[in-house]
Amino acid sequence: MSLLKINDLRVAIEGKEILKGINLEINPGEVHAIMGPNGSGKSTLASALAGRDNFNITHGSVQYLDEDLLDMSPEERAKKGMFLGFQYPVEIPGVSMVNFLKTALNEKRKYNNLPPISASDFLKIMREKKELVEIHSNLTNRSVNEGFSGGEKKKNEIFQMAMLEPRLAILDETDSGLDIDALKIVANGVNKLRTKDNATIVITHYQRLLDYIIPDFVHVLYKGRIVKSSGKELAMELEEKGYDWLKEEVV
Amino acid sequence: METTNTLSELSHQLVDLFTENSELIEKESTDYMNSFRTKALEDFNKFGLPTKKQEAYRYTNLETYFKGEYFPVLSPENFSLNLTDIFKCDIPELDTYVVLVLNGFYYNKNIYHYLPEEVTITGLAQASKNQNGVFNKHYGKYADTSLDGLAALNTLFAQDGVYIHIPKGVELEKPIQIINICYSFKNLRITHRNLIVAEDNSKVNVVVCDHTLCDKSYLSNSVTEIYAGENSYIAYNKIQNENIKSTQLSNTFIHQEANSHVTSNTISLHGGLIRNNVYVTLNAPGCENNTYGLFFADDHQHIANYAEIRHMQPHCHSDQLFKGILDDEATGTFNGKIYVAKDAQKTEAYQRNNNILLSKTAKMNSKPQLEIYADDVKCSHGATMGQLDNDALFYLRTRGINEKEARHLLMYAFANEVISITNVPHLKERIIELVDKRLRGELSRCNNCTIGCT
Repeated sequence: MSLLKINDLRVAIEGKEILKGINLEINPGEVHAIMGPNGSGKSTLASALAGRDNFNITHGSVQYLDEDLLDMSPEERAKKGMFLGFQYPVEIPGVSMVNFLKTALNEKRKYNNLPPISASDFLKIMREKKELVEIHSNLTNRSVNEGFSGGEKKKNEIFQMAMLEPRLAILDETDSGLDIDALKIVANGVNKLRTKDNATIVITHYQRLLDYIIPDFVHVLYKGRIVKSSGKELAMELEEKGYDWLKEEVV
Repeated sequence: METTNTLSELSHQLVDLFTENSELIEKESTDYMNSFRTKALEDFNKFGLPTKKQEAYRYTNLETYFKGEYFPVLSPENFSLNLTDIFKCDIPELDTYVVLVLNGFYYNKNIYHYLPEEVTITGLAQASKNQNGVFNKHYGKYADTSLDGLAALNTLFAQDGVYIHIPKGVELEKPIQIINICYSFKNLRITHRNLIVAEDNSKVNVVVCDHTLCDKSYLSNSVTEIYAGENSYIAYNKIQNENIKSTQLSNTFIHQEANSHVTSNTISLHGGLIRNNVYVTLNAPGCENNTYGLFFADDHQHIANYAEIRHMQPHCHSDQLFKGILDDEATGTFNGKIYVAKDAQKTEAYQRNNNILLSKTAKMNSKPQLEIYADDVKCSHGATMGQLDNDALFYLRTRGINEKEARHLLMYAFANEVISITNVPHLKERIIELVDKRLRGELSRCNNCTIGCT
């Protein structure tokens, strides 16, 4: 059974078609990289999969664990194991990290018919996962993302991913704005969370991140379509030649 | 205050009510208290009830609320029941001196265990008869009847309420909790008058809880005068939780002397119409004043906050923060004024009002006013109207948090800025609990106040 199956997905925002027929299948244990120039629709795809509601899905279907994903609310998708790492994580003043994570974790447990997590277990898990992404202890005492640096926000996304243990993680430009050390930490976190049962979609503009997270497949998204799919060597080729040769190929 | 040409019919009726009952009203009061009624009557005759023609009341139509059929409470009723036994709106862990006030009259069975003997907590009528001079020194000195028709009206009818006196150098650690109860089988118009005197170097925490225990209509017009002596510290927390038919007009006049510190925080949880007027006079250098408010309005509720901070002397610091969440057809207003006198150099005065409108039909009017005559000051003001942040909502939902819970988290986060200011231990937890219930729609009144009114 595939984890995710996207079939001819077309998405419009305010009447303008952004995604023009996406086909993609993701199986457990796989890492897929989606690359492409700015404005090609990468973030739209990520948000549409996570359930953002200002998008108009005009055509196509998405099966997630053999269920109709497009029928589910964002929270339902999350409870069924989907995770979106935001390109621009949102600051939420007044909502503490601890309260936020505990609520999220317990919502998921409730969905799986598990009792709420005990305070001591919660702290234990949090400590473990914090080490994984080398996130500073103080950050979890603050409001969600409030006053975090760009790098801290991205680490915080991976930290949340570690806490929630998703089946399918979609990381939207998690590498943007990171220095090389932070990039390594983030990549390392993602690699450690890899299992044979879960899968990751890494959306990126640059090949840099893929030096550390080795993808099984690389797809190039251009003008709302996947114009090329190949193994990890495609990323190298893109780094070398840029996107122009592909654009020409498409034309 | 702008004058109105002709007194409305309603204002005339109120004047008549006073004239017809003046003997009864004045009977229990001292000559000194009664002497304020002459000026109050003059002022009220001039201005009447505030109307929408006045800038400060532009968005609050008081007359419609006064028009209801109310029975004026002009003398204390004798209740055979023992309220202290039945009424348990206590905050379980909060150890306080509980002061019950019933329909505006001090409840004469209040007992304060272990109250330091130099501290006085008593009824206002009782206090006015004391001969030590404190009452006469302060009563009527801060509630300027020419400022506001409501203050004039209160002074006209004032008979009783709460009197607190903290003498020089006394720091009262245990908070004083005033519980105002509206309780009767008919609609009431209530007047109460409070005086809090904290002398030099003293400290006091006052918590006020306003409740209606029956589903009748109540219109209460209260005036609280607060005097903060040199270097004194006063925390004044007010929690308003009344039924939808109630009209609460709360007027607080705060007078601060040198280096005093006063923080007032008004949490308006529920009510029909709530109007809070807070007038602060910083009368000497080095004062610090914080005037805060948090309000929740839905249905057809109207909540109006008016705050006026008068910087009369240099080197004072004031901070206003009011936040509100409005839903359904609710309306609200915030009117915050900062006045800086010519000599009040090095003033720092800040003001902020943030509002969240949850429905398309809720309405909020916010009006900052700065009147500055000094040239070396730091002042700022700001107001925002907004909805819940959709990006934040989506973010929370992608982590598996239900939409309803996510909205709740965001509303609570918004309110928390004001709640977190509360520095009375255990009271904060209680407010958090009440706000949580309010936001979940579970709150119609304090869950412990369950006197069966049938």
